[in-house]
Amino acid sequence: MSTTKTKWTVNLKVYRKKGQKAPYYDQFTMEVDPDEYVLDAIERIWAFHDRSLTFRHACHHSTCGACGMLVNGVEKLTCITYIRDVVEDGGTIVIDPLRNFPIISDLVVDMSLFFDRMEMVGQRQVIPIAEEIVGSSQKAQSAGNGKEYLRLSDCIECGMCISACPIAATNPDYLGPAVLAGAQQSGLDKKPELLQIVDQENGLWRCHSAYECTAVCPSNVDPAWRIMDLRRQVTSQRFKRLFR
Amino acid sequence: MSKPKVIIIGAGFTGVATAHDLALRGFDVTVVDRGPIANGTSGRTHGLLHSGGRYAVNDKESAIECIEENTIPGVIEPNGGLFVAINESDMAYGEDFIEGCEACHIPIEELKPQQALKLEPNLNPNVLVAFRVPDGTFDPLRLAMSFAATAKSNGAKFKLFTEVTGLILNGQGNVTGIKVWDRTNDERYELYGDVVVNATGAWVGEITAMAGVDVPIRPTPGVMVAFDQRLTNHAINRLNKPGDGDIVLPQRQMVVVGTTSFEVQDLDYVPVIEDHVKLMLERGAELLPTIRNTNMRGAYMATRPLLGSGGSGRSISRTFKCFDHKETHGIDGLVTITGGKATTLRAMAEKTADVVCEKLNISAACTTKEVPLISYREFYRLPNDD
Repeated sequence: MSTTKTKWTVNLKVYRKKGQKAPYYDQFTMEVDPDEYVLDAIERIWAFHDRSLTFRHACHHSTCGACGMLVNGVEKLTCITYIRDVVEDGGTIVIDPLRNFPIISDLVVDMSLFFDRMEMVGQRQVIPIAEEIVGSSQKAQSAGNGKEYLRLSDCIECGMCISACPIAATNPDYLGPAVLAGAQQSGLDKKPELLQIVDQENGLWRCHSAYECTAVCPSNVDPAWRIMDLRRQVTSQRFKRLFR
Repeated sequence: MSKPKVIIIGAGFTGVATAHDLALRGFDVTVVDRGPIANGTSGRTHGLLHSGGRYAVNDKESAIECIEENTIPGVIEPNGGLFVAINESDMAYGEDFIEGCEACHIPIEELKPQQALKLEPNLNPNVLVAFRVPDGTFDPLRLAMSFAATAKSNGAKFKLFTEVTGLILNGQGNVTGIKVWDRTNDERYELYGDVVVNATGAWVGEITAMAGVDVPIRPTPGVMVAFDQRLTNHAINRLNKPGDGDIVLPQRQMVVVGTTSFEVQDLDYVPVIEDHVKLMLERGAELLPTIRNTNMRGAYMATRPLLGSGGSGRSISRTFKCFDHKETHGIDGLVTITGGKATTLRAMAEKTADVVCEKLNISAACTTKEVPLISYREFYRLPNDD
């Protein structure tokens, strides 16, 4: 945001990688407004300092999920991360691409396997309002006029939970938090074929309840809670089968 | 016989929709963009699937385009919209609004204050009247990706993070291709095509300048602010002539208030003006007073590609135009499409593809009204064949 307030001078230390060449860090010293977002500063690097910098971004208000990066080692949706929350005047912000994804160039990672898995579990991006309730933390808005309202679901597929997950770091075949959360949202009762996708070696039993996913989720999806709920669904199905 | 080749510059709404249209008509399509999909105006659009009501009084051509294209598919919250009157000035505008919507065939339903408040309890309790219209909210990136994915499934190629550094001209001064810089690996190369489509929205002037010509484009940014509670399911519009902060949209767990209208010189970085952010809160709170109890989640801007050179941003039509530079400047091989709204992206693509077909003397009908789009996730799943 552009304001008349005091400007800060900060250093942006940015991860760089092109083609097969070795990665390195570039440092850009910039005048910023502490009330700007980290993505604003990154976009200004591209606009005014280095046209070769590549990064993903689209909506700039946390609905698209494209701009997830590591900011000082922590997963952040950079479009809603204030500069004043991650650095002080004169300090340095280190920007890295998300972990646990192949790097295409600089801050751009390859999300194709992740999107493949999200599609596989049938995560819905538009759902009835009443269905998108996380734990007990939210109340559904009552539908007016007998009409069932729909809304875009909470998960914006930013991949930040995969980046933060300690299991995903050691096992690339692990489906990962967003994917398992997507399966939970789809529901085993509605999609029984999901059982064999999630109830397997690299599925929901791999989770060690580190809760890093829920900690970094910018959209209140609470993947850790959803994985635990999915376990309950699977256990209940197994139990039912025993007595059939 | 090899397919006719079209290069599209720009992977915003117009570019991806044109790629989808031309791929269906049998063209060999390559889309280049200097960044990822929808990195400019399209990704940052407010997200209102317009019924046309916003333009029904002062800009009927655009209003009709909106209502005719009001059923765009994909990632949409299809909950309708309300035009809300809070004061006498709004009430006075109401009569023109009813007439305008009728003239543009936009279906409206009049609601008494208590009916409107029952539908949307967070509305200003002083609401005097409300009209329900077929508005919606869409997810900008995923809408663009649905078109891109479908285009890709029909053979279109996408070269992202690839910046156009120049146009290739033949001896007659006609455009035969583009010079590009792949920013992911720092490689430079050339691409040739029968037609180059300049679908760079607010930036079209930068591409036409490479051919030494100009188009009447008035880039007009506006500021939007997202707040962290979902206070409405309908899109809420102020029942008055278009102005600052007169639309509040629901989106996921948020509401987004927009927008303003100003002019800039440098399009590549437009600062978000603090006063505009404050104004969005003030204006948004006139429609939904409880916005004051929410936290700001994000403030951002997008640059509208408005057509024309006269008048101020608010008075310029939201309609679109396709320029065949052979007709306008005697330069063959280059077509520019700009203006328009996200809501009208399919129609903009149809018009552009028609112009391309006419130029190459190819007879192929538009089928984008009938062909359903595939999942946006397919964009990442499908290989990018060369």
